[in-house]
Amino acid sequence: MAAPFVGHGDTTSVTEALARRIRGHAVRMTSRGKSSHVASVLSMADLVAVLYGAVLRVDPARPRWEGRDRFILSKGHAGAGVYAALAERGFFPVERLEGHYINGSVFSGHVSHKGVPGVELSTGSLGHGVGVAVGMALAAHRRAAPHSVVVLTSDGEWDEGSNWEALLFAAHHGLHQLTIVIDYNKLQSLDTVDATLRLEPFRGKLEAFGAGVCEVDGHDHAALLAAFAELPFRQGAPNVVLAHTVKGKGVPFMENQVVWHYRSPQGEELVAAVQALEADAPDA
Amino acid sequence: MRDDFVRALCELAVDDPRVMLLTGDLGFGVLDEFAARFPAQYVNAGVAEQNMTAMAAGLALDGHKVYTYSIANFATLRCLEQIRNDVCYHDADVTIVSVGGGFSYGQLGMSHFATEDLAILRALPGMRVVAPTEPWEAYAATRALHASSGPAYLRIDRAGAALTTPNPGFQLGRARWIREGKDATIIAIGGILSEAVAAAERLATLGVDTAVVAVHCLKPLDMEMVARVVASTPVVVTLEEHTTVGGLGGALLEACEALRTFPQVMRRVGLRDCYPTVVGDQAYLRGAYGLDAAAVVKQTIEGVRAMRQAGNE
Repeated sequence: MAAPFVGHGDTTSVTEALARRIRGHAVRMTSRGKSSHVASVLSMADLVAVLYGAVLRVDPARPRWEGRDRFILSKGHAGAGVYAALAERGFFPVERLEGHYINGSVFSGHVSHKGVPGVELSTGSLGHGVGVAVGMALAAHRRAAPHSVVVLTSDGEWDEGSNWEALLFAAHHGLHQLTIVIDYNKLQSLDTVDATLRLEPFRGKLEAFGAGVCEVDGHDHAALLAAFAELPFRQGAPNVVLAHTVKGKGVPFMENQVVWHYRSPQGEELVAAVQALEADAPDA
Repeated sequence: MRDDFVRALCELAVDDPRVMLLTGDLGFGVLDEFAARFPAQYVNAGVAEQNMTAMAAGLALDGHKVYTYSIANFATLRCLEQIRNDVCYHDADVTIVSVGGGFSYGQLGMSHFATEDLAILRALPGMRVVAPTEPWEAYAATRALHASSGPAYLRIDRAGAALTTPNPGFQLGRARWIREGKDATIIAIGGILSEAVAAAERLATLGVDTAVVAVHCLKPLDMEMVARVVASTPVVVTLEEHTTVGGLGGALLEACEALRTFPQVMRRVGLRDCYPTVVGDQAYLRGAYGLDAAAVVKQTIEGVRAMRQAGNE
């Protein structure tokens, strides 16, 4: 992952601007498509913006370039956010985002690689991304390749045993190429994480499984950049960025509201959401 | 058959560093040679089949040819969604190897009976389903699968009777005629082919001239074989150490529908829709659940009688 590709000027202003564009796309895409999971995208928008804006070494002109860092979105239901980031990074025209959720479109609600340059892995069923990322990290490990593998998960998907299988393996084999970013917004599909299936002490569990863990404010770009610059957190161990986030971040009436896991912003709601995001811009 | 698979894989690994063998903590005494000779190409993933299969997809997407190995249903049903989403949807070059087809582990109980795997794996788009009928064919199929790419399921019996000598003309997907016959054809998949051959020999003494066809590839099914069988004998009997739901018999009828041609009389011999509750060795369970040579003889004779009665009416 090495040096951020924006090597000059104010990196956070670049990634923050990217995050705002991702959020703007997210509310418009989910409104136009009458689709769910807008709050899940808003929750991780800063994480995705920092990764695609400054951390991941990827080349839009060569999406399959062998030396690229691999990124997997394991919380596939937030696919709109990755489609938006890839479009903004130039993997395909931004206008194609208008196809999201439309009949005959390849831009499915859950992220899919078919026909979408830059998507490494199709997901949607939770608990798949970490295992595949571990396989990719193992491949890099065997070839002593310098690239990294980053997988972004939700918090609720750590209910899945498959994630813990994967973390056991990654730690046993010392796969330091692997970085798991957890979007820890503490809200799942129907209720809070605490009320559904408690993960706390989450950090302690992850560390007990052998990960090097860095806790960070998942909306603070400077803090996120600093965290990624410190990799690996522990020598010879897989990394976890435990990012504390707010579900629905950036649109006040969606923040921490479980209903926005499924609800699509329509009419006045869309107008209000767009206004809230624009009010958040530094030049507003 | 296990050893034939491992022998082929060892030969392939010598020249192909892309070959990776992942085991779900099984293969005691079977995988030792591979593990010792190719330590960098061997990983014990632990008792964690979901992760083993997801990792296999990740390795394959990064240029490896990956084999996952476990017993019976562990390599397939336990991690079916990883096979579907991670392997098949991404057209990943992963061969899932399941040892212990049917009642191979007959004394171990229902958990270790692989009797729905063919039907379930066959339903996955992009998945090729291969179940060798003899030891040499397990070796040949392993080599042929390596020469191709994409998702595959290789179901091998723990042991397996050698019935024929290795056929240099072996082609992945092409069925083989073990013997010709004009009254009936028995089509068998996997190691239970030996029961079909025994049945045909007994039927010959009873005046029923019976062909035997060995099918090692359920998907894609050899359509030329289907057309030839239907055209050549009025009675067709399928035999599989597997449920009759969706396996060889079902696939054959689907193929007939696609070809718009059907046998005059068709009998599907396999495990009726149930979970076996008793244990025993493979031969015992084949007899107990009506899939041994005696059962095939009975079904074939009934089929021939039904056909002759229909002809007399």
